[in-house]
Amino acid sequence: MNYHWNWGIYLEQIKGGEETYLSWLVTGLQWTVAVSLCSWVIALLLGFLVGTLRTTPRRWVARLCSAYVELFRNIPLLVQMFLWFFVMPELLPRNLSLWVKQEMPAKEFVTATICLGLFTSARIAEQVRAGIQSLPRGQSYAGLAMGFTLPQTYRYVLLPMAIRIIIPPLTSEFMNVFKNSSVAFAIGVLELTFQARQMQEDSEQGIETYLAVTLLYFACAFVTHLGMSWIERKTRVPGLISTAK
Amino acid sequence: MRMKSCCRLLLCLLAVSLAANLAYAEDLNGTLKKVKESGSITMGIRESSYPLSYLDDKQQPIGYHIDVCNKIVAAVKENLKLSSLKVVHQPVTSQNRIPLVSNGTVDLECGSTTNNEARAKQVSFVDTTFVTNVRMAVKKSSGIKSLDQLNGKPVATTSGTTSVQLMRAHEKGKKIDFKEVYGKDHADSFLLLETDRAVAFVMDDNLLAGLIATSKNPKDYEIVGEVLNVEPIAIMVRKDDAQFKKLADDTVHKMMKSGELDKLYKKWFMSPIPPKNISMNFPMSEKLKELIKHPNDAPAEAFNKKK
Repeated sequence: MNYHWNWGIYLEQIKGGEETYLSWLVTGLQWTVAVSLCSWVIALLLGFLVGTLRTTPRRWVARLCSAYVELFRNIPLLVQMFLWFFVMPELLPRNLSLWVKQEMPAKEFVTATICLGLFTSARIAEQVRAGIQSLPRGQSYAGLAMGFTLPQTYRYVLLPMAIRIIIPPLTSEFMNVFKNSSVAFAIGVLELTFQARQMQEDSEQGIETYLAVTLLYFACAFVTHLGMSWIERKTRVPGLISTAK
Repeated sequence: MRMKSCCRLLLCLLAVSLAANLAYAEDLNGTLKKVKESGSITMGIRESSYPLSYLDDKQQPIGYHIDVCNKIVAAVKENLKLSSLKVVHQPVTSQNRIPLVSNGTVDLECGSTTNNEARAKQVSFVDTTFVTNVRMAVKKSSGIKSLDQLNGKPVATTSGTTSVQLMRAHEKGKKIDFKEVYGKDHADSFLLLETDRAVAFVMDDNLLAGLIATSKNPKDYEIVGEVLNVEPIAIMVRKDDAQFKKLADDTVHKMMKSGELDKLYKKWFMSPIPPKNISMNFPMSEKLKELIKHPNDAPAEAFNKKK
């Protein structure tokens, strides 16, 4: 293979501009972090709400929430991005549709964040439900027998334990959010993958470009892992959940 | 005495190695050697670069550059005196075409690749066979005729293409402000224009003409405005493979001289073509006429030098 290596490419100036390729990657990283963190907030709030409601004794609420989860879990993320970006505005009244398509500020960012947030919330809801259902039945009976209302039982008995149980899968999900945010390039968010394609096309140094981008994604996911592990250690209550160690 | 025989021996060796070198100069190397040994050649094709290289309704690659490449393959077969030569079609994208040529997967890339200086570091280009102008497509109803009318308006282009930088350079020069929106490929970018997310789509004019010709209502769109950049489009081969490049160049020159390339141009750009049997109606540019008279492989940078 006769590849022309150029490790200095990151600091080289972009043709016809004052920026370097590195500044493209930094901009990309900022958008990646912004999309990921915002969608994570949406995903956590909705995921906990839907996941909890799926375990309540009220049948129709649980069914509605199951439908929500299945809807967002069964459609590929890329397709969902296109649905939100291209199809949704067409269903709105003409004037509103034009506003969304042309005037709405940061429309790509907002669309991508909502889409990724909802997609992830369905997965978190599954984990929350599994966490709550893994607790012994007696726990909720005990809560109710103490005179707690159902919401109070969830608030003081079930959720605190369930959350601790599901921290490991939540960590994976948080790391996935960073990786999945790469799909946002398809609707034109200037995130890391977008900038990588741009840099590769402009400089023709594909291997150097994707090595740098790989490292940046790895760093994002790894920092998340460290943070979540710290939370896991801090919130551990000895003896509350049976630990093998 | 010893010294003398040593010298003689050295001279002899030199003479032998020179003779050997002369003999080897006719020997095969690079791609031609590989093709001779394997009995097959791999052609890189694009699936939707109208009308240079795209797939017909039977999923077979057709187009202007495919026809040129088939000529080159025929020349290779003749040159190597092969009784049969297997042609493998390998679909490529904007993202992987250059790595696939430089790592040896693809021998001859027959798509819509701009020859520029950055790419010439990784690959070589056969002499230019098509010239494109970067312009914009708009909806006729918008009344837009010039780039300056786009101030403050959303303008679409495809991420990772050179058009992005061209638009920025133009903005800076004219002190105007586009709202750039990006599609991940040309079809997405056209959808941005079609659904009014953008009022214009900036891209190579032949690709715009192809997208318009295959769109739902071709009459709604037109290509307007000044030319942002002139780009030589060429067939791509591996770097440092003079033997193969010369064979390809010679084939192209022959086609240019005999008028065959002109005929191919008319077939693909001026007559109805599949899949919709609509003509692109895209007359040959002065620049390409000039190149047919004086073929060369100069990169885009040389085309757009400020006079």
